Amino acid sequence: MDLDFSPQDVAFREEVRTFIAENYPPELREKQKSEDALSKEDYFSWHRILAKKGWATPSWPVEWGGTGWTPTQKYIWSEEQAFADTIAILPFGVSMLAPVLWTFGTQEQKERFLPRIRDAIDWWCQGYSEPGAGSDLASLKTRAERITGDDGKEYYLVNGQKTWTTLGQFADWGFFLVRTDPNVKPQAGISFLLIDMKTPGITVRPIITLEGGHEVNDVFLDNVKVPVENRVFHENQGWTCAKALLQHERSGIAGVARSKRNLERLREVSRTEPSDDAGPLLADPFFKRKVAELEIDLTALEFTELRTLAGESSGKGPGPESSILKIKGTEIQQRLTELALEAAGHYGAPYLRDVPHNLAATIGPEEAHGVAGVYFNTRKTSIYGGSNEIQRNIIAKLVLGL
Amino acid sequence: MDFSFTEEQGLLRDSVAAYLADHYDFDKRRAAVKSADGWRPEVWKAFAEDLGILGASFPEELGGLGGGPTETMVVMEEFGRALVVEPYISTVVVGGGLLRHAGTDAAKELIGGIIGGDVLTAFAWAEPQGRYSLFDLKTTARKDGAGWVLNGQKAVVVGAPWATHLIVTARTGGAQRDAQGVSVFVVPKSASGIVMRDYPTVDGRRASEVSFENVRLGPEALVGEAGAAAPLLEQVVDEAIAATCAEACGVLHKLHEGTLEYTKQRKQFGQPIAAFQVLQHRMVDMFIQVEQSVSMTYMAHIRVGEPAEERAKAISAAKVQIGRACKFVGQNAIQLHGGMGMTDEMAIGHYFKRATIIEGEFGSTDHHLRRYERLSLDKAA
Repeated sequence: MDLDFSPQDVAFREEVRTFIAENYPPELREKQKSEDALSKEDYFSWHRILAKKGWATPSWPVEWGGTGWTPTQKYIWSEEQAFADTIAILPFGVSMLAPVLWTFGTQEQKERFLPRIRDAIDWWCQGYSEPGAGSDLASLKTRAERITGDDGKEYYLVNGQKTWTTLGQFADWGFFLVRTDPNVKPQAGISFLLIDMKTPGITVRPIITLEGGHEVNDVFLDNVKVPVENRVFHENQGWTCAKALLQHERSGIAGVARSKRNLERLREVSRTEPSDDAGPLLADPFFKRKVAELEIDLTALEFTELRTLAGESSGKGPGPESSILKIKGTEIQQRLTELALEAAGHYGAPYLRDVPHNLAATIGPEEAHGVAGVYFNTRKTSIYGGSNEIQRNIIAKLVLGL
Repeated sequence: MDFSFTEEQGLLRDSVAAYLADHYDFDKRRAAVKSADGWRPEVWKAFAEDLGILGASFPEELGGLGGGPTETMVVMEEFGRALVVEPYISTVVVGGGLLRHAGTDAAKELIGGIIGGDVLTAFAWAEPQGRYSLFDLKTTARKDGAGWVLNGQKAVVVGAPWATHLIVTARTGGAQRDAQGVSVFVVPKSASGIVMRDYPTVDGRRASEVSFENVRLGPEALVGEAGAAAPLLEQVVDEAIAATCAEACGVLHKLHEGTLEYTKQRKQFGQPIAAFQVLQHRMVDMFIQVEQSVSMTYMAHIRVGEPAEERAKAISAAKVQIGRACKFVGQNAIQLHGGMGMTDEMAIGHYFKRATIIEGEFGSTDHHLRRYERLSLDKAA
């Protein structure tokens, strides 16, 4: 039991820090400070810089582009990214689909898709939820029927609707759960398909969320022809892939390093933000206490995650315990946004998304801009990736055996 | 002991509710909020002429209907249910409340304007450095012959773009945070030297950053006595908080009702999600919060006329309950709606946003908890 960093780890941290400082695009940093939506190129720009360096996919198997870093190095890596305020590498390809591909995919599928994910050539989106299948994902209805095309090749003909597809407006490809056998129990009739989003019959329609942003989408599939070789794993066994993916999704969801960074930012802001009693907000015993409680909560989460990671490196994959990380991680993320909004006082109220930049710049302190929107938007975290109620069901059933 | 409403108050509620059902459904509100002006002057006109509610809480000798805080409460609860954005509290409760105490002919004339729907006021009290403190003022009014010269900057003045007049707190004496030396002025928005930067707010209103640069005011602009407005200001703000609590009750009812309705019709795992015990208990806890909020809102309105200290204690206690309920009920309403709760399309998110802003209006939960502590516990210690 120790947490000491070796001299090599210290040197690694220095290397990472220097690399980010020297290579992070300054124009991207500027854009992050505004409330403007990032473009596809913005999202990909940092990923591509990392890919060139060989650092875009640290957790992958080395043969496909992993770095072979120790858990300590990965921990350092995520901390340094968070503390440098880099944009997050999007999870859909790198940490959701890729593990499914290297675990269940054919050699051809791995060779065809993994390098393009690593190098940020293809943008992937997730086609899981449906209007009638959210928490009860296995009840999904999007239908895929086997047909023989005019070219004599085998296809799936896909019809249905997916929803909450994050950043699907940019997607080149999507991984979809579809029903290939309606006559068996729900989990047993699902297949996992990779679909080219340019295929005729796909319509992506924006869903505007309560803070005013366009992040998620409805995806309509109308007689979409998908080559059979784009199915991962066996027909009707897609649920196995789906579950594996969800566990990876959940463990990434804790976001400890980013929360540490946001906590630091909250402390900075509340050192300058005035309290009712003229001193800084951080000197206000009520507010200070809330920040302290949150820090303690985050420390507990961090050590829970470290224990989980230690378990993973000793050969156990992420188990149902990762649901703890999802619940606590998202609760802490939400609490951080709550306190940031509270710290902003009156200046939490302005809605500056559509206000010209030069006018917005004169309205309240810059750090207050958008905090309400972030608070509203972050409510999603306890809903997505399996709601926190569902996570508790998973722990009750699979960990506690209830 | 009696918690019932009079027949007149019941009729008032019914007529407001009926009007809002016809003219203020969610789609109409959305269109108004998104329009260039962000509100509907014709609705305000109807409040004055068809419903007569702009005068409901004014005494008859001023042209009102002779009601009081309870009438305001009835109106505001309905406004909360419909998410009305028009500036009733800042005009009728704050503007009207302060002017009523001024007693001058100019003030009486303005009250006539408020009741008739021609005068709308916005309350310019907060300053960038002052957080929720009413008396932390850098804005100054300097005596200039018989009149005044106003200088300073006010933060997030809600409703200012719609107002005809601004109610401005300014220092005519004392140090930056003293209660002594605080004065209130009513300033026509057309006065020269006022610079406004308008913007929307996250809960569908419009607000401004307002600067006063050597704004010259006549003697009639002063409300009450120079430098001695603090007690009156506290009283009127407490009345405004009581009205805000009533609005919050309307918002909370809708959040809770909407959640019940949604969970009954939303099916997962072959049954309505309302059948799951964990969600039932959550909705029961939401219900308890709503009921406690209604109780505290009644309490606040019953005690709002008591001497300053008792009044302040009651109002702050109510605001603490309301603030907590807005957070708990709001967050859980979204959670139980799942992804649908996150959409701009559904009304529930708009109620959540209003509830969130109410948490901080006229002082956050912490602010009022501290005020309550000072009044109730520190004195006893």
